[in-house]
Amino acid sequence: MRINKFVIGGVLILGAVVFLIWTATAASAEYFLTIDELNAKGPEMVDENLRVSGAVIGDSIQYDPQSLTLSFEVAHVPADNLAIETEGGLAEVLHQAVLDPSRARMKVVYVGPKPDLLRNEAQAIMTGHLGADGIFYADELLLKCPTRYEEAVPEQAG
Amino acid sequence: MIANFGYGVLVITFLVTLYSVFAAIYGDRRQIPAMVESARRAMLLTWPLLTLTAGALIYLLINDHYEVQFVYEVTSRSMPTYLKITAWWGGQAGSLLFWSWLMSAFASLVTLRKWDRDREFLPWVIVVACVTMAFFIGMNVFFENPFAQFYQTFDGVKSYNLKPANSILFTPENGQGLNPLLRHPGMIIHPPMLYLGFVSFVIPYAFAIAALITGRTDDRWIRLTRRWTLWAWLFLSFGLVLGGRWAYDVLGWGGYWGWDPVEIAAFMPWLTGTAFLHSVMIQEKRGMLKQWNMILIILTYDLVIFGTFLTRSGVLSSVHAFAQSAIGPLFFAFIGFTLISSIALIIYRWGSLKSETEMTSLLSREALFLLNNLLFMSILVVCFWGVIFPLISELFSGQKVTVGPPFYERATSPLFATLMMLMGIAPLSAWGRSTVKTLGRAIWKPIVGAVVVTAVLFATYTQKIGALIGFFLVALVIFVTIYEYWRGAYARQRSQGENIFTAFWNLTGRDRRRYGGYIIHISMMLMAIGIIGIETFQVETQGTLGQGETISLRNYELTYREIAQWDDLPSGVNYRRAVLDVYEDGEYLGQLAPRIDYYYDSQQNMTIPGQRSTMRDDLYVLLVDWEPATAAGATFKIYVNPLVNWLWLGSLLFLAGIIIAAWPEKERERAAFKAEARVQQQTSAAD
Repeated sequence: MRINKFVIGGVLILGAVVFLIWTATAASAEYFLTIDELNAKGPEMVDENLRVSGAVIGDSIQYDPQSLTLSFEVAHVPADNLAIETEGGLAEVLHQAVLDPSRARMKVVYVGPKPDLLRNEAQAIMTGHLGADGIFYADELLLKCPTRYEEAVPEQAG
Repeated sequence: MIANFGYGVLVITFLVTLYSVFAAIYGDRRQIPAMVESARRAMLLTWPLLTLTAGALIYLLINDHYEVQFVYEVTSRSMPTYLKITAWWGGQAGSLLFWSWLMSAFASLVTLRKWDRDREFLPWVIVVACVTMAFFIGMNVFFENPFAQFYQTFDGVKSYNLKPANSILFTPENGQGLNPLLRHPGMIIHPPMLYLGFVSFVIPYAFAIAALITGRTDDRWIRLTRRWTLWAWLFLSFGLVLGGRWAYDVLGWGGYWGWDPVEIAAFMPWLTGTAFLHSVMIQEKRGMLKQWNMILIILTYDLVIFGTFLTRSGVLSSVHAFAQSAIGPLFFAFIGFTLISSIALIIYRWGSLKSETEMTSLLSREALFLLNNLLFMSILVVCFWGVIFPLISELFSGQKVTVGPPFYERATSPLFATLMMLMGIAPLSAWGRSTVKTLGRAIWKPIVGAVVVTAVLFATYTQKIGALIGFFLVALVIFVTIYEYWRGAYARQRSQGENIFTAFWNLTGRDRRRYGGYIIHISMMLMAIGIIGIETFQVETQGTLGQGETISLRNYELTYREIAQWDDLPSGVNYRRAVLDVYEDGEYLGQLAPRIDYYYDSQQNMTIPGQRSTMRDDLYVLLVDWEPATAAGATFKIYVNPLVNWLWLGSLLFLAGIIIAAWPEKERERAAFKAEARVQQQTSAAD
């Protein structure tokens, strides 16, 4: 009898935690895609929660301080760590991605302060959704500049 | 020269820790006390040795020895000396050394205590501490040498531990400089605090393992390490708070916590450590949950190692960029090794770790403590799930899916709310047995108080249901805690004839852990007020202003006055500083000056907010953009963060609470020791 009461309590708590994790995961899951993968999936990914990473193309950065609208292009970088290592590390991969005009590119729009780390050949990790117009609307921008710092503190905006 | 010296001492220290491990094991197995004593002295030696190594590294950092790769990576000529010193923990190799250095200080402290009563623990405490140190120092010796120097060979310039043949030393003119984001007072003391917390949890773990190996599995190891655990918890908590403060002041996004995997990595050992602090009390008072406490301290230890790895390697800060050095797999191997061997020990001693009494009442103090533990573990599971979810999803569906901050907020907020409720109920329940009736009699007054507070807030401050629930729980916990305090003091006042203030003072002094704990509970509630405030009531706006133009948010109006730009050449920084007049409902309050600092050596901007802080709210202004060429105006982003100051106030009170709880109680311990010794004498006389 005694055991039961604690077992029931434990099972209830366990159930509640599983439920919480389940619903929260379902509600906030973001697909982590490369730009090539995103292009391959195309329209079915429109309006899904997405997280996309790419190499920032410095010349494309435009910022309108009136409306705080930031737009820039990113080039495809592979997501596979092994591939990145074999190609000579993240800094080299980003460098090549920006130089290579045949790489898939994607336009990104973000509203907010211009992040301090946004510059050519930075790695941008963008959270947001893909519009039907093919532009990626980012809610959050995380930037990393592996050439400079071995541990680059990710900058958070949004 | 100095670099080679530093590396040499490091290698010697590595060998000393290995010797210490083997001498301790050998001495214990063969029953040679001299051997164990030798191991103890060897461990005592690690701190002076590592201090020498650290001194060498600091010398190189201060004196611009850019031929040393680590110095080149984290300092530059324009940095002031104090930043060059703190650059010690600004990079991976240096921070590993810093970790070992702190660990050796604690290990030395442990060896210096009186071991008379606990001789059998000594060899195994040495083994655990030295294995841990050997692992970290080994990382430095073999993979992340902070003393590696640049040499020019026929293949170009690379860094080497030792001078290769046919090479000349290569000295760059200047270093890369510390990331400007890390040049902040909060960042200077945040990593040491976190690391202090991390390493001091190794000590209770070492004692736990010693207890398991020797079979002395009573609560002696817990009593011995109680204060260690509290200090560890203090440092870890304070490190987390400082990290939040740093993010708030420097990262310029109006927040303090972003559920970043690196933050979570430091938060996870805090969760198990907090659960451990609570559940050891049940073992001391009721002889229960012994197996559970062992599991908790082992988990804490391995999460500490995991956290050190994550916070420094950058494995997770970007899901794409894994650490480029070989230390990743080794860290996982070490975690796997310690976890599996510790669990094996628990299984081996499972029988002797059985509870002495059985839990009977669902509302008893011990049952509520158990529930508290389960909640902390649930939050841990949520965090862990969030961190590893991308790996799991990729494994099962081939598609990498991640979860962001909303996941953590959704999944943990009900758990945190339940924890708060528990904080309200548990202090009123009795050990052994409590019923709804006895609890109800104790709690109805605080509940009435909390309802009144919530009603007043509903009428005057907010109608948001989530915030009201939060405020109700905060009020409940505070009232219960004050009520408990008052009951104790009142009883003392009547029985001892003390006035109420003396009664308060003596009450706290007599049971420091309990009343220190209550102060911690109240401080947590103050912090909760800040978190509820910024999470539910934060508002923001943005706009580009010409000179003399005004923007308003809530009750505030801000008028843009002027902007100035100048170079500070010795430190290599360009400043852009805007000045705004701040009015509240038309009344002039003062000026705010948000800045953008541009660091030439790292070509990086740093956005410094202008802040006006009151207990009611923070006005937080960012200078977003200003180009002298366009001169159309400057762009600002403005936040009003209600109540966030309570978060920092709460953390100060928190500090006070822990210090009260952890303050040494010399007198009584000695008395207890004497009493115990007397009992032992009597029992042996009776034999």
